[in-house]
Amino acid sequence: MASNIKMVEAPEGHTGEGFFATSMDKLIGMARANSLWPLPFATSCCGIEFMATMGAHYDIARFGAERPSFSPRQADVLLVAGTIAKKMAPVLKQVYLQMAEPRWVIAIGACASSGGIFDTYSVLQGIDRVIPVDVYVPGCPPRPEQILEGLMQVQELAKNESLRRRNQPEYQALLESYNIE
Amino acid sequence: MLTHMESTTYLPSDYLPVVIQLGLALAFIVGTMIVTHMIGPNRKSEKKDEPFESGIPVQGDARTPISIKYFLIAIVFVLFDVEVIFLYPWAVNFKSLGMTGFIEMILFMGLLLAGFYYIIRKGVLKWE
Repeated sequence: MASNIKMVEAPEGHTGEGFFATSMDKLIGMARANSLWPLPFATSCCGIEFMATMGAHYDIARFGAERPSFSPRQADVLLVAGTIAKKMAPVLKQVYLQMAEPRWVIAIGACASSGGIFDTYSVLQGIDRVIPVDVYVPGCPPRPEQILEGLMQVQELAKNESLRRRNQPEYQALLESYNIE
Repeated sequence: MLTHMESTTYLPSDYLPVVIQLGLALAFIVGTMIVTHMIGPNRKSEKKDEPFESGIPVQGDARTPISIKYFLIAIVFVLFDVEVIFLYPWAVNFKSLGMTGFIEMILFMGLLLAGFYYIIRKGVLKWE
């Protein structure tokens, strides 16, 4: 039966009769990229756009991210959508700290990326002041397509990440710069 | 006759496939857990290992004594909840079960109501 369902393409490797060989990095990268469980950390209007992204029309499930995790323990991507006040910053950092490796962060919208229009004493001027960010999604608020694009960028990161990256000194130094053990 | 004999007499060795299946299931679970703990990246710190409380500091200990009243009420609720579940199929099949079913239900309900009388006498339902 003909079907127009698009399957994930196999990574580069050697194929022969009855076998397929590829590197562990690529295999795990493919698996990780297509089952990124998001942890929505929504505080304002970007969160509403994220709800639309999760809904049937834009359907984030197409990217293997249909299972939002409201505990950081099983989450892979932290989606920070909305203005983060300075009082919220320790909460955000604690949520990030309690996520299991490997973990990625998307800053959705201008506020999460840079503080946005709230150039004021009470608002964190971008979440990268407290936690490392992998992908920034511009917009005020961004459209669901942009959020999906952000997720696809994280998929690319996950696909191409070396399995040793999280143990490398560069990554340790990055975490140390944020005072993360 | 022969097939009948075959199906009723089992030697202990006939259960070997079950044992093998159990062993494989156990080995797969334990093996997977060990391997994933070894190959996956992990990071442990004091804050990471704290209980997740939506990012806010943990207040006190979850293992504090709770009044027995909550537990008793919950158990009594479950008991009578199950009783009601049994009443529905009985009501649907009331005619076909006939007198036997009626007597059985009376026995069942009588037993439960005796328990109900007991807990009322014990003062379980007195909240204050």
